[in-house]
Amino acid sequence: MSTAAIDSFSEARPARAQSALGETIFRTLCFSAATLLMAALAGVVVSLAIGGWPAFHKFGLGFITSTAWNPVTEEYGAAGPIVGTIVTSILALLIALPLALGVSIFLVEFCPKRIARPIAIAVELLAGIPSIVYGMWGLFVLAPWFATHVQLPILMDFDSNSLIGRIFSGVPNGANIFTASLILAIMILPYMAAVFRELLLTVPSQVREAAYGLGSTSFEVVAKVMLPYVGKGTVGVIMLGLGRALGETMAVTFIIGNSHGFPHSLFDSGSTIASTIANEFAEATSDMHTAALIALGLVLFVLTFAVLATARALLAGQKN
Amino acid sequence: MDRAFRRKLTNGVFVGACGLATIIALAALVLILWSLVKEGVGGIDGKIFTMTQPAPGSPGGLKNAITGSLMMCAAGMAIAVVVGILAGTWLAEYGGQTPYGHAVRFLNDVLLSAPSILIGLFVYEIMVAHLFGHFSGYAGALALALLAVPIVTRTTEDMLALQPNTLREAGMALGAGRGFVIRSIIWKAASAGLLTGGLLGFARISGETAPLLFTSLGNQFFSLDMAQPMASLPTTIFQFALSAYDDWRRLAWVGALLIAVAVLAVNTIGRLLARETHRP
Repeated sequence: MSTAAIDSFSEARPARAQSALGETIFRTLCFSAATLLMAALAGVVVSLAIGGWPAFHKFGLGFITSTAWNPVTEEYGAAGPIVGTIVTSILALLIALPLALGVSIFLVEFCPKRIARPIAIAVELLAGIPSIVYGMWGLFVLAPWFATHVQLPILMDFDSNSLIGRIFSGVPNGANIFTASLILAIMILPYMAAVFRELLLTVPSQVREAAYGLGSTSFEVVAKVMLPYVGKGTVGVIMLGLGRALGETMAVTFIIGNSHGFPHSLFDSGSTIASTIANEFAEATSDMHTAALIALGLVLFVLTFAVLATARALLAGQKN
Repeated sequence: MDRAFRRKLTNGVFVGACGLATIIALAALVLILWSLVKEGVGGIDGKIFTMTQPAPGSPGGLKNAITGSLMMCAAGMAIAVVVGILAGTWLAEYGGQTPYGHAVRFLNDVLLSAPSILIGLFVYEIMVAHLFGHFSGYAGALALALLAVPIVTRTTEDMLALQPNTLREAGMALGAGRGFVIRSIIWKAASAGLLTGGLLGFARISGETAPLLFTSLGNQFFSLDMAQPMASLPTTIFQFALSAYDDWRRLAWVGALLIAVAVLAVNTIGRLLARETHRP
């Protein structure tokens, strides 16, 4: 019996030592996983910088300011895709922002609780649809409709030299900057609406009720009390939407028309950074072509990073 | 009187506009789903799952693409779940409040919203240009993993943070070490939430096209070899949709319908599970 006691005692010790070792191993594992995440992001930046270096080195600032994108003569200026990216994203934002505001205010303020939840879920479903599906829908459904019902009438009714004619000039096939922005707007709408809804829900009910108690209409409560209350957070939501729109690839690739150079009108075809990479990378003709595309990737990363960092800073300020 | 009327009118217009915005958003959803169903349902038959992709004009299905997608997503998720859960655990239980923890969380957010095509470029540079020298299913899986990891990490951290501290204290009072408490109590209590993270990650990557374009490339034949270029549903849809052949386009619609249904289903299940976890 005494030997058994000694046995169990001597067994317990290594077990305890093992568990201490296990603790350290587990902790280290968790720590390494977190570090791996950071390394991955650092890897993205470094690999883009190294891969794109030949292009930056050769073209210098001209890479960003020139519009000459010609794989045959090995000249690469990315102003076209860069401007295309910024224009489509901002247009998308202009379309999506009022809608997102409307949806979230409607759900928080006006909608009966019972149907608010199904509607919120439905809008969130919109965010779950893969971007390639948006692209197909844009190409096969939206673009033909847009060409026959919007572009052709404008072409018919306005002189091509008039101001309106010039703003809306373009090949009437529905694949242009504007339809791309429209698709982007539908895609970023659910994200913006969801974050904005959360923001509105942080407004204390006392504040709202006080405003109602003073005899405000719903509009006045929203416009004069709730929106000022969420303040900076709104800008955060806008930046969040912008960040999404900047990097969106497949949907835009389907519908923007994919022509390099500056877009000259709202209904002109164009390209974005992401769509250019998606279209050309697998078939890049030379090392410099590849390098130029990777350099474009770095430009896109810098753009989205700046926008996201701003969004986060503003949203974090709101929550505190 | 006049002023009261004007206020009422403004209010009415505002409420109407908000309602209209909601209707527009819902209409977009309905229109997209309707097109998918209208164009895609007719093409669904046994051939889709039993035959590989056809030459234009001959019958065929999407077997190679579906298999490739499943394999790469599964491999990607295997990596993402392990790394994501461990990293999320570290953030929630160990170092989340240290400066290093804040940095990890911030960079995780950046990774979460980094354009997916850039992840593709990164993996191309590493795996395709240098390590393997050619496109492969492994490269595709790694790109997908990188997209899913931040989602799993984020959800894991959120779900572990929901677990009450009394659980941890009870475990430690019994003499269990911290890691042991996390593994056998906290993870178990949060298991539905962890599953949610996995499902949301899966839903995100199964529809991703851009990062696969130049990592797994695509393959018109049926292949189970992940060291070789591999077909995937999204890249096949991309190729078929932009082709000039009607039967390829029909297949693209079927593929789009399949992917949308799968993604929305997984997404919904994930969200339902998350709601279960939130309930104390």
